[in-house]
Order: sequence, then structure tokens, then C-alpha cells
Amino acid sequence: MAGEAQTATGYIQHHLQNMTYGKLPAGYTRADGSVLGESTWTMAHSSQEAADMGFWALHVDTLGWSIGLGLIFCFLFARAAKKASVVRPTGFQSFVELVTEFIDKLVRETFPHRNTMVAPMALTIFVWVFLMNLMDLVPVDWLPMAAAKISGNDHLFFKVVPTTDPNATLGMALAVFALMIFFSIREKGALGFLKELTLHPFHTGKWFFDILLIPVNFLLEAVSLIAKPISLGLRLFGNLYAGEMIFILIAIVFGVGVLGFIGAGLLHMGWAIFHVLVITLQAFVFMVLSTVYMAMAHHRDDEHEHDQ
Amino acid sequence: MNINLTLIGQSITFLFFVWFCWKFVWPPLLGVMKEREQKIADGLADAEHAQKDLELAKRKAAEQLKAAKDQAGEIIDGANKRANQILDEAKQAAQSEGDRLKAAAKAEIDQEVNRAKEQLRSRVADLSVLGAEKILAVNIDAKAHDDLIDKLAAEL
Repeated sequence: MAGEAQTATGYIQHHLQNMTYGKLPAGYTRADGSVLGESTWTMAHSSQEAADMGFWALHVDTLGWSIGLGLIFCFLFARAAKKASVVRPTGFQSFVELVTEFIDKLVRETFPHRNTMVAPMALTIFVWVFLMNLMDLVPVDWLPMAAAKISGNDHLFFKVVPTTDPNATLGMALAVFALMIFFSIREKGALGFLKELTLHPFHTGKWFFDILLIPVNFLLEAVSLIAKPISLGLRLFGNLYAGEMIFILIAIVFGVGVLGFIGAGLLHMGWAIFHVLVITLQAFVFMVLSTVYMAMAHHRDDEHEHDQ
Repeated sequence: MNINLTLIGQSITFLFFVWFCWKFVWPPLLGVMKEREQKIADGLADAEHAQKDLELAKRKAAEQLKAAKDQAGEIIDGANKRANQILDEAKQAAQSEGDRLKAAAKAEIDQEVNRAKEQLRSRVADLSVLGAEKILAVNIDAKAHDDLIDKLAAEL
């Protein structure tokens, strides 16, 4: 749908820019050429403006859609849970129970410790991430165009898939990471957690050697610890971003004549069908890895040694 | 693709939804599912129990039926035996009554015969005395010849 007014590059860039609300400094030259008299909180009108806003800016579309979808999840599931009947489950309740049971079973298998929070967390991640990924299946132009029409601003930035924003995926990964640290310290104590970071994987049993090994161990453990949330967030982001990108590229082909339209239609259909798998799988992977990280945080080495 | 405050916002949102699910979605859902599981298990156990009870009741009924049949058979046998016994007794009683009657009749007959003989004897004695009187044309002193006449009568 690359119109005459837009180049393909412009179209892609427009689609990859979040609606950003942030602070622009005084004396800043805006996209339309005007110069700001004083620093203002405003919507970014170009990618450059969004980038110049720095850290103190919000992606309104990402947060809006993720919160909206999260509320839909909460509302539907809480209502199903509240109205749940023991003897006569209705259609939606059965579906909710199916998902819940699936998650419950999976968490029981991967998380052998006692913590009532992990299974609900897994359920939230799975359904919420799935819903956010699902937005990827809505044709790429529908919602942005509708938003542009409603707002009256043709150049409105509007990304509808929160998981194609690294802020969203890394934000969730960060929360999982925070929970990991929290449970590690709660289960093992601050000292136990520190010991885990400094006395593994190399351990001789003689204290003077161990002291020498602490820096090496700490480096290795810290890298592996920090790699967890980053890989968790980037995996989801990368998959969805790539999927979204291909949808955008296919959408460009729609504008290239009748043959392009038919070809793009077929391509779009094929990729969408394939993508159904990808979005489900990525939601699943995010959930399983979060559960596994929680299990790692609860796992104690000495406990393991006692078992043997 | 800028990393900004959205990161923190998303983290907080995430934790909020997890908390919400933890407090308001998971417990009632799992509660309902557990309760249903329990109910189904109870139902199955009850069904099994009922099946067992039924089996037991059937066996008991069969036993009772058999016992009743046996008893009925016994009663019928007893009744038959008793009937035969009564019949036999009745037969015996009839037999003995008949015998008794016969014996009584015979005794009476004998008695009658004896009496008749006696009468006849006495008549013969009278007649013979009368005849002898007539023959001898004399009065025989009946007393004087009593012995003779009695002897005669006894020979008859």
C-alpha cells in the first residue's frame, strides 16, 4: 500500500516507529521546522524527534495495547473464574479451564518447588503474550490507518503489536529477572545467593584457591545471569519483529499491479498461517523459560547434594 | 526502537497483571477444577459402591430365593408326608374300626347262634321230654331225668 506520496522506505520506517510521548529540550528544531521556545512534553512527530527524547519517553501505543490486552485477559479470565460452575461449565469456562490446566500441568513438571505465584505468572505470560502477538495477524495497515483517520493526523505513528517493541519484551524480561533475584535471595538468603555467584562453577574445596577463583566465577555467573533476561526479551522481540517486517514487506507488494496484489495476497495468507504457529510458540517459549528461571532461582545446590 | 521509560512501564504492567492473576484468577479457577475433580472421583466411587451393593443385594436376593424355595420344598414334602401319614392313619383307623365292627358282629352272631342253640337245646329237651311222655304215655318225672335230658341236649 505504498502510496504515491510515500516511498517504500518511508512506509516501512513509518510502520516501525512507535507513537512516542516525551520531553523535547528548549531550542529544539522540530520536524516541521519550528523551534521550541522552552522544553515541552509532546508527541514525537518524526523518528528523529522520538530518538532525541532520550530515555524519558513513553511508547503510548505499546503501553496502550499491552495494557488493553492485559485488561481483556484479566477481565475475561476473572469473570470466567468468578462465574465458574463446578457442575455445568459453559463454553468459555471450558476453554479457560483447558488453558489453565495445561499451564498448571506444565508448571508442575518444570517447577518442583512450593510457590503459588509461579503458575499464575506462567498463565499470565502465556495468554497475555499470545494476545499481544496475535495483534500481528491483523493486517498491518488496518489499525494504523483507522487510528490516523480517527485522529485526523495522516502521519500518526501507531504500532499495534507491543511485542515488536523491545521495550515491551525486555520490560517483561526485566520483571522476570527481578522476580528471579527476589526469589533467589528469599530462598537462599543474600549470602547464599552471593555464594552461588562466586563459588560456582569452579570449586576446589580449599579456601585459598576458592578466593582466587572468585573473580572468574563471578564473571561467568554474572554473564550467565544477565544473559537470561536479555535473551528472553530479545528472542520474543526478534521473532515478532521479523514477522512484522515480513508482513510490512508483503503489504508493499500489494500496491504493485494486479499480479502483485494476487501474489501478495497468497504470500500474506501463507505467512499469516505460518505466523499463527510462531506467535503461539513464542508465547509458550517465553512462559516456559520464565518458569524454568523461577525454578533455577528456587533451586539450592546443597539441597540437591542432600538428595543424592 | 529506542529504549525508554516504556521498559519500566511494561515491567510494572507485567507485575500488576501477574499479581491480579495470582490473586483473582488462579485460585477460584483451580478451586473449581479441583472441586469438580473431587466430585467426579466421589461419583465414580459412589457408582462403584452402588455396583457392589447391587451385586451384594442380588446375591442376597438369590440366596433368599433359594432358601425360600428350599423351605417351600421342605414344607411341601412335610405336608405330603403328613398327608400320607394321615391317610395311613385314617386307613388304619378304618381298618381297625372295620375289624372291630366285624369282630363285634361276629361275636354277636356267635352269641345269637349260641343263644339259638341254647334255646334249641332247651326246646329239644322239652320236646324230647314231651315226646317221651307221649311215647311212654306217662309222666316222666322231669326232675328224675334231668341228667339224661341235659346229656341229650348237650349232644345236639
